[in-house]
Amino acid sequence: MRVPPRLEQRFVKVVLWSMTAITVFVLLFIVAYILRRGLPVLSLSFLTENPHEMGRTGGIFSTIVGTLALTAMALAVATPLGVGTAIFLNEYTWESRVTRIIRFGADCLAGIPSIIFGLFGFILFVIKMGFGWSILSGGLTLAFMILPTIIRTSEEALRSVPRSYREVSLSLGSTKWQMVTRVILPSALPGIVTGVILSVGRSIGETAAVIFTAGSALRLPTSLFSSSRTMSVHFYILAREGISMPNAYGTAAVLVLSILLVNIVTYRLMHRFIRKYS
Amino acid sequence: MTGIRVREVSHYFGPVRVLKNINLAVEKNEILGVIGPAGSGKSTFLRSLNRLNDLVQGSRTEGMIEVDGRDITRPGTSLVELRRRLGMVFAVPVPLPRSIYENLAFGPRLAGVRGKEKLDALVRYGLEQTALWIEVKDRLHQSALKLSGGQQQRLCIARVLTLKPDYILLDEPTSGLDPVSTMKIEDSLRILKKDYTIILVTNNTKQAARVSDRTAFFLAGELVEIGPTERIFTAPADRRTEDYISGRFG
Repeated sequence: MRVPPRLEQRFVKVVLWSMTAITVFVLLFIVAYILRRGLPVLSLSFLTENPHEMGRTGGIFSTIVGTLALTAMALAVATPLGVGTAIFLNEYTWESRVTRIIRFGADCLAGIPSIIFGLFGFILFVIKMGFGWSILSGGLTLAFMILPTIIRTSEEALRSVPRSYREVSLSLGSTKWQMVTRVILPSALPGIVTGVILSVGRSIGETAAVIFTAGSALRLPTSLFSSSRTMSVHFYILAREGISMPNAYGTAAVLVLSILLVNIVTYRLMHRFIRKYS
Repeated sequence: MTGIRVREVSHYFGPVRVLKNINLAVEKNEILGVIGPAGSGKSTFLRSLNRLNDLVQGSRTEGMIEVDGRDITRPGTSLVELRRRLGMVFAVPVPLPRSIYENLAFGPRLAGVRGKEKLDALVRYGLEQTALWIEVKDRLHQSALKLSGGQQQRLCIARVLTLKPDYILLDEPTSGLDPVSTMKIEDSLRILKKDYTIILVTNNTKQAARVSDRTAFFLAGELVEIGPTERIFTAPADRRTEDYISGRFG
């Protein structure tokens, strides 16, 4: 039996609309739920005081610092490595078996559960290299975790730069490196930044890999070798050990809001950048 | 020795031989038109002169291409210098996503030209030679992407001129343009001939007849015939040339 086209059209529209609605609803529900439970706890002192009594009282200042430090460390390591790898794969070598294997490897790496990265980081950085539970160990572990994402998104971004831009740049007497830095990277930047933002989100939210490598000290970290607790680990411990549910939700609210903030700010900056370059 | 001498040049993309034993010479301050149907190897020929084929995986040239007496197919050739001396304009106008001024200053900056006055002068020179100056002088710092198609292509020619090249390679520069824009570009070429040597690849046979001093006819990777434009179009030596220019195929 054939369905009349108009009926089919309407049916498809309803189905697709419902799917979108469900997605939006789930997203809004989670955010609203967390904010409703967490916002009442938020105050200036919650953000600026260190936790007391295992986090039962006091604020979350040291975990905010820990989160920032770990994320910054991870990005500082993974962004140059990832973008550099992508530039090499895309601009400096021909497509071959080796590049396909590297790409395949990166894809596989992206699918490995974070707790395994945690274990790997624990054995390599914490034990073997003797960094102990520290921002250094945690940051490096996170860096390796987000590296595949940065490589692949950067590669996609580089590949979307028209071939003609490369030809024009070279034909005007640029070296390959000048072509990369002056023409390709500016055009690919929005895509690369998108990958970096995704990675920031993952770093901020990561728990399993971090708890193994950065530990869970509540003190304010003072150096790269300090053990530190991130907000997500703090949330996990508060909730898991039943220390303080209100403070757990407070932490969660800060987490959600900061990820939101990171996205808004970077998209604003991107927008300005794109306008300047087109 | 000046000019370009092409000797026994064959070009391969992987196993495919795209150019077959090409022999020709380009003299100083002439416009050489290169005509031929799609896939005849015209563009590959042009791109072998500034080694832009190197961007394609598995690309390989045999034979000798001398530019002002130096064989540029040798491994040690400075491609940056070569490409500055043989400026190229592509079939589709490709303004870079930045302002008109920055598009024109791009090449000189790469070449190490510094200082606002020097750059301003080069930008103005390029725009004047292509009759764009009057049209855009008040919006030099607007995006080049906002120009019309014809203006964009003249911008691309102007951008090449700021390099002060010896040769200008044009790869079907008017294939996407309307007749008026095409006419403006052809006018520019006639003026540029005084100072530059021009190789004009075109799929528009009449354009070669209008603009070029000599014309070369390529077919299936071979150079069928080359000679003064007037002779090629009135008394071609080869039957295939006659068939092509009289529109029997291609």
